[in-house]
Amino acid sequence: MPDIRQIPTLTEKKLISLEKKANEIRTDILKMLEIAGSGHSAGPLGLADIFTALYFHILAHNPKKPMWSDRDRLLLSNGHVVPVRYAAMAHAGYFPKTKLATLRKLGSALQGHPETSWMPALENTSGPLGDGSPQSAGLAYIGKQEDAHWHVYCVMSDGELEAGITWEAAMFAGKHALHNLTWIIDRNNIQIDGNTEDIMPLEPLKDKFEAFNFHVVEVDGHNIREFVDACSYAKTVWEQPVVIIAHTIPGKGVDFMENDFRWHGAPPGKGPEDKVKHEEQLKEALRDIRTLGGKITSEAQ
Amino acid sequence: MKFKNPKLNRGWKNKDTLKQVPTRNGYGEGVVEAAKKDPNIYVLCADLTESTRNEWFKETFPDRFVQMGVSEQSLAAIAAGMTLAGKTVFIASYAAFSPGRNWEQIRTTACLPNMNVKIAGAHTGVSVGPDGATHQMLEDIALMRVLPGMTVLVPADYIETRKATVTAAKIDGPVYIRFAREKTPVFTTEATPFEVGKATVLRDGNDLAIIGCGPLVYECLMAAEELAKLGIEARVINNASVKPMDEKTIITAAKECGAIITIEEAQVAAGMGSAVCELLSAEFPVPIERMGMQDRFGESGEPQQLLEHFKLTAPAIVDAAKRIIKKKK
Repeated sequence: MPDIRQIPTLTEKKLISLEKKANEIRTDILKMLEIAGSGHSAGPLGLADIFTALYFHILAHNPKKPMWSDRDRLLLSNGHVVPVRYAAMAHAGYFPKTKLATLRKLGSALQGHPETSWMPALENTSGPLGDGSPQSAGLAYIGKQEDAHWHVYCVMSDGELEAGITWEAAMFAGKHALHNLTWIIDRNNIQIDGNTEDIMPLEPLKDKFEAFNFHVVEVDGHNIREFVDACSYAKTVWEQPVVIIAHTIPGKGVDFMENDFRWHGAPPGKGPEDKVKHEEQLKEALRDIRTLGGKITSEAQ
Repeated sequence: MKFKNPKLNRGWKNKDTLKQVPTRNGYGEGVVEAAKKDPNIYVLCADLTESTRNEWFKETFPDRFVQMGVSEQSLAAIAAGMTLAGKTVFIASYAAFSPGRNWEQIRTTACLPNMNVKIAGAHTGVSVGPDGATHQMLEDIALMRVLPGMTVLVPADYIETRKATVTAAKIDGPVYIRFAREKTPVFTTEATPFEVGKATVLRDGNDLAIIGCGPLVYECLMAAEELAKLGIEARVINNASVKPMDEKTIITAAKECGAIITIEEAQVAAGMGSAVCELLSAEFPVPIERMGMQDRFGESGEPQQLLEHFKLTAPAIVDAAKRIIKKKK
């Protein structure tokens, strides 16, 4: 039986603070994208709850010692959603929040897609879709072989599952029963050209992963407790790698972005104008996020 | 420049008595040698363990050998993942598939973040023989050479391939090592210099310079012997370190010889000869003839037959030498 480092219990008080944190992160994502003038809105907003849960509850990590050898490893495969990671990292104390304004600017460590040579704490370099899952599998292989304490997480999109390399990596992870590996799929059903099931159907996704020898858990990706529970549960599965299919709403928190694939690759101020004009998009989006903040309704509230 | 003794095998001139060993054997031995000194070295192989000569590593270090199956894209990216845990990972397949099929993964996950992924490319050149064009990799030098931070090594014989492999393990960053299928003459010795970023002058001469890489370097030496009989003294340079390239030795050769032939068992476009042209067009332009594959694929045939057919043997070099000398100013 492997020596597993457990995830702490999530109290109601902590849950509420995480929900608030997720909204602060959404606010920063919108602001940084608007300043950058390019980048992806839908994915980062949809992943805000998951990244908050990871950086503020699930991961064993130390922002003051980013390369602490025993840290859990969080890899990103769909590198284009990295603004959510930057925002979460800034809030966690990896670097000052003022740096978020340098996203995609010349000389900034906050490259358009994550690069370890600019910021080692990002763990892996990614962007071309499909490349993160095999990196996470290789890393977990070594971790398992060396009985490392650290766990490997890899966040990926649903659209990138269309890349064959994902299934090469899945075969590898299944073959070696990488129990120290958890894949987190942002199942938001959109990709650049449209909805995943129109572009290249992924369903039945759960069955696919089970056929590749993964243990599959499905969660509401905006329910932080459900997601934390799934990550805790993943650590009790010792015979298989685990994939958490997190159902999310792309653009979550901003009414005029939600579930609209046209917001996949656009920042506020440059998105479709049929609902909100360019000059109003940031203001309107921030207002929506504030309203969402008012709606935080954890059980204790 | 001063000519240094390259300490070749004393019997190098007699091809019939010279030992012949495939360069891939040098890789197979080299990676075991490197792994004996460095416990962080792993080998990942894509279903070609015997023919890439990784079975020796597999037998010696079973815990550090990982069978990947036919999955070259993840071969590169999984290796990169292992390097995130501090490992040095050799990935081996036929070069047509790695780096042929997984160029983007090499670029993104190994090269851009400067990881210790070492790409061992087997079965390069038309001398792969009967398998035909699909398996005769000719574009690998070009593909790897254009990647920032990539070291590209094309060793000339079995001994040099072993040295290149051991050296590759010590380099901080990605490395491509190219080797071949067939037995080829072992004309260097343990004492022959090999250094990344250095070309080796194997024979002195000032009438022209013949710059080669890979097993064809032996053909360069043979051609130089023939040329000497005609009163033409050719300088022969082993340009095994295609990247970083030994600019000083190449520029000196251009200045002192005034005409250059390059030869490689690869497409001339963007290959080693192109690298020489890029350098000399800026630094010291002289007439150059690039020998190699002239924008075409190979085909099935016997290795020696194919080398002759595509004009990659000593007699073709002699002919090219005569042509290029006439162009000298």
